[in-house]
Parts: sequence; structure tokens; C-alpha cells
Amino acid sequence: MVAAWLAIARRDVTLALRRGADAILVLAFFVFASVLFPLAIGPYPAILRQIGPGVIWAMALLAALLSLDRLFQSDYENGTLDLLALTPMPVELVVLAKAASHWLTTGLPVTVIAPLIGLMFEVDGKGLAGLTAALGIGTPILSLVGSVGAALTLGARRGGVLLALLVLPLFVPALIFGAAAAEAASFGLSIVPALSVLAGLLLVSLALAPWAAAAALRQALD
Amino acid sequence: MSASMSAFHRLANPTRFLRLADALLPWSAGLTVALLALGLYLGLVAAPPDYLQGDTVRIMYVHVPAAWMALFVYTTIAAASAVALVWRHALADVIAQAASPLGAGFTVVALATGSLWGKPMWGTWWVWDARLTSVLILLFLYLGHMALAHAFDDRARGARAAAILALVGFVNVPIIKFSVDWWSTLHQPASVSRLDAPAIDPLMLWPLLCMALAFMGYFVSVLLVRVKAELLEARLRTVRYRDAGAR
Repeated sequence: MVAAWLAIARRDVTLALRRGADAILVLAFFVFASVLFPLAIGPYPAILRQIGPGVIWAMALLAALLSLDRLFQSDYENGTLDLLALTPMPVELVVLAKAASHWLTTGLPVTVIAPLIGLMFEVDGKGLAGLTAALGIGTPILSLVGSVGAALTLGARRGGVLLALLVLPLFVPALIFGAAAAEAASFGLSIVPALSVLAGLLLVSLALAPWAAAAALRQALD
Repeated sequence: MSASMSAFHRLANPTRFLRLADALLPWSAGLTVALLALGLYLGLVAAPPDYLQGDTVRIMYVHVPAAWMALFVYTTIAAASAVALVWRHALADVIAQAASPLGAGFTVVALATGSLWGKPMWGTWWVWDARLTSVLILLFLYLGHMALAHAFDDRARGARAAAILALVGFVNVPIIKFSVDWWSTLHQPASVSRLDAPAIDPLMLWPLLCMALAFMGYFVSVLLVRVKAELLEARLRTVRYRDAGAR
């Protein structure tokens, strides 16, 4: 079971990397969209430092959203998903494998590159550490909650726009506490409370999201 | 099977439900109009102005019931969705989808009246505090629920997807309810539904409860009309398919 689970996760990561464009495009989107803000608002260090963590979090949200439609869509269209559902492995675990590979190809790169973007927003060292820690805990939430939205909109008309409408409200708690952690860090306050809430959100979504997404997948495959 | 379970299944029959709805509708509609008239009189004329807020406090008689209903309707949708997913109860899907625009309407009314009340009292139309933000998210959940239900060519598929979404979104309801206790904010905590006696004068409590019942009556009446319309539409569709097949 573990070997099969790892095989599914590895397959999705490999596919995302071989197709190359997918994973890199998401990262490029994240960087370019974040860079728009200093250009639009003007090069004022005080303002940039203040909005930096929030902007980076919001852009991480959009980057995750942008890559969600490929989570199940191509497997749904070419029939792979039907075969995966026929294997002895519970659909919940398939969802978990796909969410994990989604995080490895979007959430993790975004977390790694975020400190660089933070530097461009003049965020100080403590703020960068808080931001990176919050993104590390928070981006898996986006992949998990996003998998529910992606499964629900399989085969829907105007799926992309609909996915954004469904998923963005559910992303809001992660955004609020993630940005709060980074903000607390740059004010020299403890980031533990915000990170604890974020970790709690992660555990709740880890426990519940695979069930909801699996239920949605089953009714899509009926 | 217990008696209540069998009544629950008997209601799945559209003809039986239509008969029941036709019998209930005049009563609930009449009660709504009477309660609304009484509540508006009590709230706008009989109730005293607040010693601090003056006549502005009368916004409460619309704002609070609308906010209660916004939460109540979402809870109804979530309960109906659970019933639809577990028992494949035919009527539950129809009720969940018919209730969604009503809940969105109550949410808009609560947000709009809250904004009108906030300007004179807090000095601002909007603050990004936990209560206001979570109610705004509730509105987005309603919109997503409506959009998802109609996004599929297969109606049954849309109904089931919307039901799952309604259950996922239900996590927001306790957050809204307790947001004023968990975070310190501009929005005041609950004054009516408390464990001890309500912290509100009976002169203001009665019009409030009256309006709340009127809103509930409005919800029930319009829901019955909408469910009736949906059932009749489904019947029309069946007849059309049959005729098209016979030709």
C-alpha cells in the first residue's frame, strides 16, 4: 500500500517536472505577480516592508489556485482516474498522494523562493524567517483544501472560474494566520500563536479534506 | 422503521409534498404578513429609542433577524445536503438548492444594514474584523453553492457536488457564531442567545423576536413556493421527454 501510494505521488511529481512548463510557470507567475506590487505602488521601503508578507501570501494563494485545475483534470479526461479508483487503494489515499505531489511542485518551490521576494520588499531577517515558516506550514493547507475544489469542479462548465469562487473563501483562514505570523515576526513578537493556529488548520484539513475530495471524485466518476 | 422515519420517506413523494405545501402555504404566508406588520409597528413606533444610539438602533430590528437567518439558512442547507448524500432523499436536494438564493439574500441584507448601522455608530461603513469578514465569506459560499449546482449538464451531478460543498463550507458557521467571543472586535457580542437572561430590555426584545419570526415565516413561505416550482418544473421536463420519445 505504501509502495503504491509513493508510486502515485512520484508519478505526479515526475509528470509535472517532465512537462517542465507546468511547475516552472507557476513559480514564474508567483515571482512576476509579486513584483507587480512594488512597480504599481512605488519604491517606498516603509510601505513595501509593511505590505510585503501579505502580498507574498496572497500571491502564493493565487499560484496554488492556478495549478489546481491540473490536479485531477488530465487524469479524469484520459481515464487514469477511473483506473486509480478501481485499485484496492482507498480514493482518500489517492487524493492525499495527489495533494502531496501538488504541494511538492507548487507549495514547496514557492516557500523556497519567497525569502528572495521578501528581500525585494525590504522585509528584515526576522520577518523573512517568520514568512518562510508560515508558508512551509500553510501551503500544504492550500493543496489539501484545493483538492476538494478541484474534485468538485471536474467536468463543470467554466471550471476554472468556478474553482476560484469555491476555493478562495476556504483559503482565507490560512491567508489570515499565515500573514499574521510574518507580521508578528517583523514586529519582534512571538510567531508561535499564529503558527500554532496554522498547524491546527493543517491537521484539520489533513483529516477532513481527503474525505470530501474522495466523495466528490466518486460522484464525478459515477 | 420508526414512525418518524417513515414520515420522512413519505415526504420524498413529490405529489404528497405538493399537497402538504399547498395546505401550509396560506398559513405561513398569512402569519408572515401579520408578524411583519406587528414587528414593524413595535420596532419603528412602539419601541423606545436607545439612550446612546437614538433612533439608529431601530436598524437592529432588520439587521439582527437577517443575520440570524443567514446562519440558519446555511445550517438548513448543510442538513438537507447531509440527508441528500446519506439517504439520496429526492426532496432534500431540491430544498438545499431552493434555499441557497434566499440565504444569500438574507446575508446581503445583514451586510447592507450592518454597514448602514456602522457608519453612524462606528464611524465607518466597513471594518475588517472577524465577524464582518466571516459573514462576507458566508456570502461567497452561498454564491459558490449556487454556481456549482448549475455548472453541470447533468443536474444530479450538480446537486451532489453542491451538497458536498455545503458540508465543507459548514465549518464557517461556528466561526461566524463565535467570532465575537474569540476575537475582540468592534462588533458587539451576542445579547439575546446567552446562557443567563438576555441583556436587552423586553421593550426591545419583543419587536426583535417578532421580526425574527416574521423573517422565518418569510423563509418558509418562499422556500415552499420555490420547491413547488422546482417540482412542477421537473414534472414538465418529464412530460416533455416522454412526448419527444413518443414522437
